[in-house]
Amino acid sequence: MTIYSVYIINKGGGLIYQYDNNVPKIEVEKTFSYPLELTLKIHDEKVVVAFGQRDGIKVGHVVLAVNGLPVNGRQLEDGQDVMELLNNDDKYPLNIKFGRPKLSKNEEIMFAGMFHSLFAISVQLSPVPHSTGIQMLETDTFKLCCSQTLTGIKFVVLSDPRQVGQDSFLKKLYEIYADYALKNPFYSIDMPINCELFDVNLQQALEQADKITVG
Amino acid sequence: MTIYTLYIFDRNGTCRHYSEWNRKNQSGLSIDEECKLMYGMLSSLKSFVGRMSPVDQKESFHSYRTNKYKLHFYETPSGLQFVMTTDLNVGNITDILQQMYCNIYLEYVVKNPFCSREEAVKSELFKTKLDEYVRGLPIFATKLS
Repeated sequence: MTIYSVYIINKGGGLIYQYDNNVPKIEVEKTFSYPLELTLKIHDEKVVVAFGQRDGIKVGHVVLAVNGLPVNGRQLEDGQDVMELLNNDDKYPLNIKFGRPKLSKNEEIMFAGMFHSLFAISVQLSPVPHSTGIQMLETDTFKLCCSQTLTGIKFVVLSDPRQVGQDSFLKKLYEIYADYALKNPFYSIDMPINCELFDVNLQQALEQADKITVG
Repeated sequence: MTIYTLYIFDRNGTCRHYSEWNRKNQSGLSIDEECKLMYGMLSSLKSFVGRMSPVDQKESFHSYRTNKYKLHFYETPSGLQFVMTTDLNVGNITDILQQMYCNIYLEYVVKNPFCSREEAVKSELFKTKLDEYVRGLPIFATKLS
């Protein structure tokens, strides 16, 4: 089973655990000469492609590295401003690496809250009585499965769209949560989970789930 | 298998058409308010899915399900959104929603010079044809239970 990531959301909509299992890396490296055929802009402290989709570089991708030097936000590792460097024709040819941006911690927390509200709205908009919220969301690139416990904790798993059998994994996840987070005397309820045993067991469960389809 | 409701939104978020067939529960809001809530939820879902996706996507989500109903979503390149809620036994019906767009919406709304482009569709012909089409679908089969 290909599981991309796991989220645990508390009853107030706060993210209390997030783990990326195997998120596919989308990166394209290319050498450019001046002038750059792509239009770049600064968005959310990142250098983003705004126009000129080509050779696998898509609109929305960010600059990850220039000449092998990793980019942090809008600056290179050595403190140079990326936009300034790319607008300077003496520095060309440049080797630039583009890729799909990873979710930042802030975005993860924001999307967890967003899912929490979408879940609640889907209950209200139900055309039949006594419906729960979203249990499975299907898109062309991934599948999101969610199970809510009686106490309001939501376990969310993102996986490959062709996968089945996430239900048993969600059950297993709840078991691990009950055994290694809730039973840990140093864990306070509804707070982020920082328990070593929980991490270890979750990873084991993920490895096991990965093996199921291989076998 | 059965169909509960159908919403058609344009790209500005106006509800162009709403109809219900075997709906068993009202949301407690007026239709107007409900359409706004639905459109709001869908546009949030779209941006949520676009950002959460581990790889680049071409289309947004096509359906979600709860333990009682399933919501199908289809968006045309011009931003027109077809949303249908059905029960859980219905599979992928993107092609049905697409057919509805090509054979009914295009024919009886877009090609009708008297249909306004901004507000709800008033054409009775469109409504009748749509109702006929939906009632004729194999997934409409209502078992009187």
